[in-house]
Amino acid sequence: MHDRTKAPLACDFLHLRLRSPLVLASGIIGTSPTLLARAARSGAGMVTAKSCGPTPRAGHPNPVALDWGGGLINAIGLTNPGAEHEAALLAEAKRLLEPLGVPLVASIFAGTVAEFGQVAAVVAQAQPDLIEVNISCPNVGDEFGTPFAGLPESAAAVTDAVRRALASLPQPPPVSVKLAPNVPDIARIARAVAEAGADAITAVNTMPGMVIDAEAARPVLANRVGGISGPALKPVALRAVYEIAQAVDLPIIGTGGVLTGVDAAEMLMAGATVVGVGSAVWYRGVEAFAQINAELQQFMAAQGYGSVAELRGLALPPAARERRCAHV
Amino acid sequence: MSEALAGLHRPYRVASIRLENAATRTLVLDRSLAADPGQFVMAWLPDVGEKPFSLAGADPVCLTVAAVGPFSRALHTLAVGDRIWLRGPLGRGFAPPSPAGHALLVGGGYGVAPLRFLAERLLAAGWHVSAIVGARRAADLLLVEALAALGVRLWLTTEDGSVGLRGLATDAFDAALTAAPEARTTVFACGPVGMLAAVAALCRTRGLPVQLAWEAHMRCAVGLCGSCEVGAGWLTCLDGPVFPCDPTVALPMG
Repeated sequence: MHDRTKAPLACDFLHLRLRSPLVLASGIIGTSPTLLARAARSGAGMVTAKSCGPTPRAGHPNPVALDWGGGLINAIGLTNPGAEHEAALLAEAKRLLEPLGVPLVASIFAGTVAEFGQVAAVVAQAQPDLIEVNISCPNVGDEFGTPFAGLPESAAAVTDAVRRALASLPQPPPVSVKLAPNVPDIARIARAVAEAGADAITAVNTMPGMVIDAEAARPVLANRVGGISGPALKPVALRAVYEIAQAVDLPIIGTGGVLTGVDAAEMLMAGATVVGVGSAVWYRGVEAFAQINAELQQFMAAQGYGSVAELRGLALPPAARERRCAHV
Repeated sequence: MSEALAGLHRPYRVASIRLENAATRTLVLDRSLAADPGQFVMAWLPDVGEKPFSLAGADPVCLTVAAVGPFSRALHTLAVGDRIWLRGPLGRGFAPPSPAGHALLVGGGYGVAPLRFLAERLLAAGWHVSAIVGARRAADLLLVEALAALGVRLWLTTEDGSVGLRGLATDAFDAALTAAPEARTTVFACGPVGMLAAVAALCRTRGLPVQLAWEAHMRCAVGLCGSCEVGAGWLTCLDGPVFPCDPTVALPMG
């Protein structure tokens, strides 16, 4: 029998011990130290800051997001204060998160392979616990060309550039690469970033989509296209995590459409090591983390699971399940 | 908050237009919306933009708009029969406690916009309602006749003294309280951030419950983008825009 009185949601991710497998996903309220701290107080086991690039960006004009019924669509446009200022925000966020025991993930994007390395080096000054490399934002295509997540070669090149840029640091933070769902073979991309030195994989980013208002005869978003998240993304994300978990031995931050504790359990069963939570903040408020934690704990108790680790990879084919348990 | 109605923009037509003062008009739309005073909508004009507006009425939907920027000026060019798209209602509105008591409404500048809607709701629920309406000068006062017509007891303040008490809306606070009926007073305020902080401070020292309609830079309005953060981690779009405290002082719990 498992002892369920001992914080059953506590789990390991890389070198980190998390009090919950829920991770605030990048791009969701991660714009300030105080909002990151709020997500942590609400129950997130780890929090990810909004992606930052080399220079400040205002983002796209309104409308930037809406709930279209099956999920959300957004094209915020990578609003950020630039890497230098972001490093200061991350340092302050770390200070607020430390007493809560919640690790901090920095998220970076850039327009070129070399710039990815430069931005990584700047944000590393704040000593985040992990750097997430966003090679898959779907909303800035006009400015940055095809997202780097589209091809194994470009995904690997970015991963390699970031690893090299961090290698000279005394304590380089581990790197997770955030993949796009809209690729023909996500396992290939996952293998490419693993071979290039990624320590973890975040899967997935939003799915490119469009909402048209028929009466206006216009796409609703000012950017016309945006990223689909929320309930519509969940089956897409589950499948992607399932494929990646069989392709590589890296830990996975499984992200996409997790709104409830049972959703989180499903993501773990698909092979995720921990579970990203984003759009749930719209559906359930910032309190979503506390609610999902409670629901996951209830589900585990009802089904007889004693730890998060027991759920990981349960829905994988038997051979992959055993392999995954041995490695991650 | 995720109810289907709140998500997609829906087109409305302008049914009539009321001129409120030289810079402000109320667009009366052709349909109603189930909403509370203090809640807001994101108003969209295709190819122009999208901005937040507090509801000035819900049955039918009314938006009181001051022409202060490109988008609000575009709204002022709308004629009867023209279309405007709204998503919402969004956020948390005013939540009058029960039982009904005395409501002191404090509105500064354009912040008066949702207070007629609030006064109507409060009166219908049996509240005694008084209001302080403040503005820079007489010509900027908003909805004074409308509130008076509802039977709301009014105190007016102008910074130049052209009408009413010379000073800020908060300068009439004690006079309005002294004249209040024998009932528990709840203060409902909407206006510039400085006024809201001052109202919150006055209510704190007098032990009065307060509800403050905050204003913030609004982008996604669905709790994702962080643009509307106020204080240490409050989201104006989800936690507000009406707060039962000064969000720049109090900490959000979770």
